[in-house]
Amino acid sequence: MHVASWFQKCIEILIFYDFQEELVVRPLHSGDIYASFQFRTLWETDFMRGNKVSHYRLFPKSLGQVISKFSVRELHISFTQGYWRTMQWGQPYLPSPPGAELWVWFQDSVTDVDATWKELTNVLSGIFCASLNFIDSTNTVQPSASFKPLGIGNVTDHRFLRYATLPREIVCTENLTPWKKLLPCGSKAGLAVLLKSEKLFHSSFHSQAVHIRPVCQDWQCKTTSWELRQTLNVVFDLHNSGQGKREWSLFKMFSRTLTEACPLASSSKIYIDITDNPEGEQFELSPATSLLSQAMVLGDRRTFSVYDLTQQDTFGSVRSLNLLIRWKSTEGDMLRPLLHAERYVAGYGLQTGEIHTLMYNHHPYRSFPVLLLDSVPWYLRLYIHTLTVTSKGKDNKPSYIHYQPSKDRVRPHLLEMLVQLPPNSVTEVTVQFERALLKWTEYTPDPNHGFYVGSSVISSLVPSTVAMDTNSTRERPLFSSFFPCKEESSYFVRVYTEPLLVNLPTPDFSMPYNVICLTCTVVAVGYGSLYNLLTRSFQIEEPSPGLAKRIANVIRKMRGVPPL
Amino acid sequence: MSGLPGFLIDDRLHFPSCPSQGGQRFLVEMAAPLTLLLVLAVTIRAALFRSSLAELIAERVEVVSPITAWKRVVEGLALLDLGVSPYSGDVFHETPLIIYLFHFVVDYAEITFMLDIKTTLTFTDLSLMLFQFRKQKFALEADRYPLDCLELIRSPKEMYYIPLKVAMFYLLNPFTILSCVAKSTCGLNNAVVALFIFSTIKGNTLLSAIFLCLATYQSIYPLTLCAPAMLYLMQRQYIPVNFRRASFWWFIAQYLFMYLGSLFVLICLSFFLLGSWDYMPSVYGFILSVPDLTPNIGLFWYFFAEMFEHFRLFFLCVFQINVFFYTIPLSVKLKEHPVFLIFMQLAVISIFKSYPTVGDIALYMAFLPVWSHLYRFLRNTFLVSCVLLACSTLFPVLWHLWIYAGSANSNFYYAITLLFNVAQILLVSDYFYAFLRREHHLTYGLYLKRKDGSEATLVLK
Repeated sequence: MHVASWFQKCIEILIFYDFQEELVVRPLHSGDIYASFQFRTLWETDFMRGNKVSHYRLFPKSLGQVISKFSVRELHISFTQGYWRTMQWGQPYLPSPPGAELWVWFQDSVTDVDATWKELTNVLSGIFCASLNFIDSTNTVQPSASFKPLGIGNVTDHRFLRYATLPREIVCTENLTPWKKLLPCGSKAGLAVLLKSEKLFHSSFHSQAVHIRPVCQDWQCKTTSWELRQTLNVVFDLHNSGQGKREWSLFKMFSRTLTEACPLASSSKIYIDITDNPEGEQFELSPATSLLSQAMVLGDRRTFSVYDLTQQDTFGSVRSLNLLIRWKSTEGDMLRPLLHAERYVAGYGLQTGEIHTLMYNHHPYRSFPVLLLDSVPWYLRLYIHTLTVTSKGKDNKPSYIHYQPSKDRVRPHLLEMLVQLPPNSVTEVTVQFERALLKWTEYTPDPNHGFYVGSSVISSLVPSTVAMDTNSTRERPLFSSFFPCKEESSYFVRVYTEPLLVNLPTPDFSMPYNVICLTCTVVAVGYGSLYNLLTRSFQIEEPSPGLAKRIANVIRKMRGVPPL
Repeated sequence: MSGLPGFLIDDRLHFPSCPSQGGQRFLVEMAAPLTLLLVLAVTIRAALFRSSLAELIAERVEVVSPITAWKRVVEGLALLDLGVSPYSGDVFHETPLIIYLFHFVVDYAEITFMLDIKTTLTFTDLSLMLFQFRKQKFALEADRYPLDCLELIRSPKEMYYIPLKVAMFYLLNPFTILSCVAKSTCGLNNAVVALFIFSTIKGNTLLSAIFLCLATYQSIYPLTLCAPAMLYLMQRQYIPVNFRRASFWWFIAQYLFMYLGSLFVLICLSFFLLGSWDYMPSVYGFILSVPDLTPNIGLFWYFFAEMFEHFRLFFLCVFQINVFFYTIPLSVKLKEHPVFLIFMQLAVISIFKSYPTVGDIALYMAFLPVWSHLYRFLRNTFLVSCVLLACSTLFPVLWHLWIYAGSANSNFYYAITLLFNVAQILLVSDYFYAFLRREHHLTYGLYLKRKDGSEATLVLK
């Protein structure tokens, strides 16, 4: 072998790669169970120089090529089936709206962002077997404040940001398979063996996501690397998946047990949230573990039982781990989430309507600002002068409004505003809209089902009850380290409201020919009558001679005799 | 029997040189009924403004179009306040001058919309002058027409009440009232058109060109009124309509220069007000390419909602050309009667424009009393008025069934718009027919006889 190429190979192998996997299980008070998978692949590379990389080890090549080809700085994509019920389940570790969501920060070297975005969505559509190719200018917006980069780099020029949602997207097995293929161990070993679609999609909430961002390796940020975070959140329903019994096990949830960690993983752990169960009075956990861990999650100090899959003794003598949670009592209440939102359409008929967004601040004495982002399709024509924001019966003027009106068939409305939520209050945002009549080819195949409007996004720094961990490089469980934390007194939360389903007036799809004929007839009547009057003149009507007389005249003419 | 078209000669000779004299007398005598009418009209409007009906009326698709809706003007102002160009979105489609006008008078909007009172006064004055002019003409022409035609010519006494009737027709027309209460900017357009007709009939070339340009600037279509204005002004100034005469071309050049000059000034002014050309596609592109398919009383919305995409451009051209298409043949046919030509053009515009509202119909309907001498030749008065009335009541009913009750579909509403437009077409062609027929009788006598002496019937051939 050539010495130089051998040397090159050695260097490439020496490049830092790291893979971690973890599963967090949170028993919910309703008896449902929330399982959150996190897989993190780190890849040390200098992404800023944009050099061509040809060697991929743990990092999926398909995504690596996408990043370098489209000069992506950050990419966040999620596919969700079902709606996260914040009031019943608390905040999720990673929020996502129903349907598909994609937001991308491009590097500032990209000249034609729109064209790159269009191409990127089509490529991602192929990678994830999803209809992301339906993302076009009519559902893409450029939020000015709601979506800041989550990785390093301080580009805040929102010209390089694109955000789009497809609220109608249905997530199923064909999206899960390509997602699993991105993992270094696939679904052959480690936590990923639990991801069986027949169980995952038999749940009340399912969300899978891919987040790619540049992160620092150390606290000085001397070296940077790409982080690929694949997350999958699922909520199993007590009655549907648990057959009504308050008893959960890995086997019952996923119809698999664990036998080994992914051999490529540097860490492979299962966390069970036992904060509400310090003495074991709520539920019983077996096999028991002495390993405990504490983490600051969503403004709260949580305690977890930890199972380290890289340790052989975790699997015990049967060489398989089947965690079992058995409830003892059904009492106990959950900490109410501090921020919560909901949305609905008011009004009747198909001419106008009003969108109501309710934002709840459950904090007893602190007020905090929230950023509300609304992206409404063009066929619901928003009237911004009807925008009202009221809290506690009083007008609450937003301190910042960024509004971009829609263009028909080109771009949606974008409404972003900063609202201060007073303590222990409900803030109501209303705005009126008018429903447009579309061309008959612009309706979906089932027009009377209605049109979806994507979720509103509420982003906020919520005051925390405990000091948050601001050291971003310290070793922490993955689920608590996604959103960077800048200050100790507050933590970042993103809340998605329900998507809306709005009916539009429809033409009769069966009669384009009839309409064309009838309208043209009316125009022809107008043309005909005017033409008639313009070209003809009045004359005295002479009665036409009878038939016999006319025949006689013809004969007389042939004979050369003057007519009668 | 005079073989010459009598009007041509006489019209040139006897224009009212000082119409205000008679006007003053009329105003003194008519002051009481006119005041009463104005008070009544203002009361109706003020009462409706204050009632809960105002909001309902302002949402009606028959009364407001995407261009003229007051709600959209307010939205434009709100966008302006937010620092966003009103034309960056697709909600506001009025011209920049309108938005800056309302920027200052938005608090007095209701008063501004009482403007249709002003429009009426203009109309009244206008018909008054027409009446003056006819009266003089009558005095001079009476002996020139065939004797049996005398009954065709309105006596001054008959004409006396026409100005009042015009005022009544415009002020008390439910269409005008609805349009005013909805604060549709259509009222402004009507006022500008009325002022244009007024200044034209007064013979003020410059003002006529300026008002016509304002009307064109507001909604392209009044461009076609150029022809009648020039014909009328040429008649007034005794310039023969003859292509070989230099004076004819000189006048046309003068008028067009004034018209295009003021249009240029207006367009540049709009550009400097906003600092961008955004408004051009947003106002004129919107009128011409009909992207907004909100139902209205016109022919466009359903047709283009149901159109096959690759034929869209072709049919768009065909439909838009309708407004401009009739100008030349009508001008040729009616070159001696520019005022009737104005009426015809206004009617054609209101039928074939892309976003018509009832306010546009009210404008040409105000002219109907002026043609009261044509009544004896109208053929379909009963049918047309019945259809128009029935359609006007069916519009809200079928709209409710389609949009709110869900028990009817779009075809019901569409059918009514078709019928309404057929009725309008019938109305206009009927008036046109009657006008031509009267002209024929004025030349050939009222009671025509066949060669054999029996009574003859007239037919179009």
